[in-house]
Parts: sequence; structure tokens; C-alpha cells
Amino acid sequence: MGEILTVQGLTRHFGGLAAVTDLSFDVRAGEILSLIGPNGAGKTTVFNLITGTLLPTRGKVFFQDHEITGLRPHQTTSFGIARTFQTTSLFYDETVMDNLIVSYHCRTRMGLWDALFHTGRSRADERQSRQKAEEILELIGLQDRAWELARNIPQESQKRLALGLALVTEPKLLLLDEPTGGLTEEENISMMALIQRVRTRGITILLIEHKMKIVMNISDRIVVLNYGEKIADGSPQEVGNNSAVIEAYLGAGYAET
Amino acid sequence: MNWMGRKWLILTILVIAVIIPQVVTNKYYMNILIMSGIWSIVALSLNLILGYTGQVNLAHGAFFGIGAYASALLMLKLNMSFWFALPLAAAIAGFFGFLIGLPALRTRGSYFAIGTLCFNIIVTLIVDRWEGVTEGARGLMGIPGPGPIPLPWGSEITFKTMAAQYYLVLCFLILTIFVLRRIIQSLVGRTFRAIRGNEELAEAVGIHAMRTKILSFTVSCFFAGVGGVLYASYIGFLSPEITDYHVSFDALIYVMIGGVGTIVGPIIGTLLIVTIPETLHIAAEFRLLLYGLILIVMIIYLPRGIVGWVKDLKGKRRQEVAWEKS
Repeated sequence: MGEILTVQGLTRHFGGLAAVTDLSFDVRAGEILSLIGPNGAGKTTVFNLITGTLLPTRGKVFFQDHEITGLRPHQTTSFGIARTFQTTSLFYDETVMDNLIVSYHCRTRMGLWDALFHTGRSRADERQSRQKAEEILELIGLQDRAWELARNIPQESQKRLALGLALVTEPKLLLLDEPTGGLTEEENISMMALIQRVRTRGITILLIEHKMKIVMNISDRIVVLNYGEKIADGSPQEVGNNSAVIEAYLGAGYAET
Repeated sequence: MNWMGRKWLILTILVIAVIIPQVVTNKYYMNILIMSGIWSIVALSLNLILGYTGQVNLAHGAFFGIGAYASALLMLKLNMSFWFALPLAAAIAGFFGFLIGLPALRTRGSYFAIGTLCFNIIVTLIVDRWEGVTEGARGLMGIPGPGPIPLPWGSEITFKTMAAQYYLVLCFLILTIFVLRRIIQSLVGRTFRAIRGNEELAEAVGIHAMRTKILSFTVSCFFAGVGGVLYASYIGFLSPEITDYHVSFDALIYVMIGGVGTIVGPIIGTLLIVTIPETLHIAAEFRLLLYGLILIVMIIYLPRGIVGWVKDLKGKRRQEVAWEKS
């Protein structure tokens, strides 16, 4: 399996604070890689650096052999990197369907003139957007709620929709920031099933997750951050037995016992 | 309302709009109608950037003024005909929108509002002081109206009567509605709304926020310019006050009262605010006081304006019906 994403020596300072320090790791095509670590370890900052929401102080990011360091979020998205946010982010005043349709924009080509004169290209783009939205609507299981406003649907459906918005952009790599945050045990299971389904479509997944049971079950590999530095990586088993990881999570002294 | 019902309603309004000058011959009322038409174009264009893209632009008066002054200067100093000056002056207003948008649209929320307000004040100052070109406070006089359009069989359409002026404004109002509606209902319009809804998310799903905002702003300023040209040639006189930020606030009030982010809202708001005080003969000072009061009440109780309120009522009724059925 080749690498789809390579992070080299990524560093980001906020004033005097080092949020991420000299971080390097690879994401292999087709895998689910989890990024874990205690609160404030810099996980979301890593997402922001990869997608271009933040510029790195130092370091490089490569995606499918292209350097994407410093590209803006809309550019990394058209390259094929999509993300979700920790706090569910939606176009709340639009319907579920409209949320999905507008998120397909980066794959359409029509401009102002096409809109004004209803050109063939505009009709083709509209049709394609609609088709793509319907396809993803089915995948995330929200067909019954297609015409409801995003703000009126239950929290779990909103989380699914947020994932759907990322999927509509036709990503090759999907960055999920705590997709199960605030969900119940039962909902966790169906969300994980959905993520597995996404993966079978050939989409590589980089996951931030706090619930260890989920992380250990779903991940192919895990990268552990603490205070912005990588302290371990490897398979769930390797990471689970790593003394530095246990120390970071439970404090010094637990590792020996 | 179903699709057929809506179609008939639009047709009825259109027929009424066309018949009006045949029934109303009073010049005073015709003047109010023509002004309402011009201001409707300005309010509609403001709504594109304000209502649909979520950027509070307080410089619309400046772009209206730029369109008006540009057309007046083109016609007076370069002897250009109205029909060439109109698109050119509107394009100049749009181009200024583009230039100002480049720095101003990098800021968000209230910073954009303050930035555009400052730009408006600067424009008024320049128009006021640059006497060599704009004649300053004396104003530009004798701006010609639109020249006659020749028809193939020897006759021609002239714009000397009030009714003809009214039809001219009506045509441009319909054109503005048509173009803005096309944009708003397209995929391009959806990206505008995405920026209004959540700019960070819009970027994350691959929408170029800056380009989208600039596009919306440029189109918005272009149509503000169209309104300015129509005003200049109808009134025939321009002074720096017409570029003033008061004009921006008037347009803002029309949009807010009619309904932000709706197509008919700005027109209804303009008709109400332009016609009611005029017909009730309320003194100008009281009018401003009244505007302020209405605006406060609207923002607190009907933040989506009259049209938004009616839509909410309908939505609620539909929900209640659905509830009873289930």
C-alpha cells in the first residue's frame, strides 16, 4: 500500500506556544489511521494544518506526491481532502438536500454566464449535483429528512449530514474530527458502521477520536500525540502496550504495573 | 402557493404595473411610482450581497452615486448617448465594487460594514471637492434623458412623457429581477447562501469564499449603478448628497422592512417606505424618526422582514396541517 498523505516535520507555534512540534507520519491508501492523544495534544491543529485552515510554521505536507503545504482549504478540498469539524458544522438554514447540493460545487464548472443564460453546462451541472446529493443522501441514510431544515433534524442525523457534506466533495482522503462526539453507545455503533461503509468505497480515513473502544476496533494504525509531539505509532496492539502512551493517558507510575 | 397560482399572481401584478400609467395621470403619483421603481432596483441589488451573501454593505449609496455621476459625466462631457452610457456607467460602478471588495471583503461581519461605510464617506467627499470634474456642491445640471429608439417602419419610441419614463424604469426593474433571480436560483447563488450560512464550512467543502463574495459584490454594485443611471437621467440633476451614506441606509431600510434574502421583499419594502410617507405628507424630520422606530421594531420582532414573516406564517400553517393529518 502506498502513502496517500505524508506529513514531514510539521510544526506550528501560536506565539510562544508550540501546538505541534516536528510531527511526521504517513497515511497509507485505504487504511483508517487514528490520531489520538489527551485534550490539547494538538490533534485538531494537525487537521487545520493539513487542510490549509492554518499555515505551518515549519514542515511540509504531501498528498499523492504533490506538495500541498500552504494551500487554502478550498484548494485542498478540490485536490481530494475533505474534513468534518469537531463541533458539527452545517448550513443550518438550508434543507438537508440543499446542504449536500452546494457542497458538490467544487466538482462543477458553471459560472455566472451559465447561470444567466441557462446554458447546457449549467443544466448538466445542476443535474449532476442533484444526482450526487441523492447518492450520498442514501449512503448516510437521511432520505426521509431530505427536505427538512438542517437545524430541525436530530443531533445524530446532523453528524451524519456533516459527514455527508465531506463525502459529496468526492474526497480520496477524509479527515474526521470526533464523528461520535456526544452520541450514545447505540449511535456510536451505527456511526462506525457508516465509516466502515465509507472506507469500502475506497476512501482513506484519518480519524480523531477519544473513545478508546472505538479507536481500538476500527483503526488499522494509530498515531499518538502528547503536547504536540508524536510519542508513539503503530497497530492498536503496539500502541496499547506502549509505556509512553499509558503514561501520557494515566500519568507516570502506571506503566510498570 | 402552488406553481400555477404563483404564475397567475405574477401575471396579474405585471398587468396592473403596465396599466397603471393609463389610469393614473397625476404627475405627482407617477413621480412616486418612478422613484419607487428606481429605488427598488437599488434595494434588490443590495439584497444580493446583504441578504443572500450575508455581507452588510453600507456603501450602496456610493455605488449608486458612482453609477449616476459616471453616466452624467459620460453624457455631458463626452456627449455619449444614454444607451451607451447606461451599461458603461453600471460597469464602472461594478468595477469600483470589485476594487473595493478586494480589500474590504477580507474582513468579516461588522468590520466589513464599517469599512464600506468609510468608503462611502470618502466617495461623497471626493465628489464634493473634485470641482473640476463633478462641479462639486453646485452639482451637475441638464443631464439628458434617454434618446429615442428608432423603430424599423420610420416611427420611434421617445421618453418625453412621464408614462414613457415609467415604462423605461419598469423594464429595467423587470430585467434586474430576472437576472438576480437567475443567479440566486443557480448553483452560483447557492454558493452565495453557503457563505452567508457558514464561511468556514463553505471553504472546507471547496468553495472559494473570496471569489464568491467578490462576484456577488460586483454584480450587486453593477445594479446599484443601473439604478444610479436611471435616477440621473430621470431627475436631470445630481449633487454630492446623492452619493451620501443616507442613501445606503435608505436602501438598507427598504431591504430590512421588505424581507432580507427574498426576491419580492426589497420591492415591497421600497413601495411601502417611498409611497406611504409621501402620500401621508409626513415632514422629513419625522420621517427619519419614524424610520428609526420602524427599523428597531422590525429587527426585534420581524428580523426577516414582511415577506419573511409571511413565509414563516405559511410554514407554520403547513406544519399544523401536517400535524393534524398525522
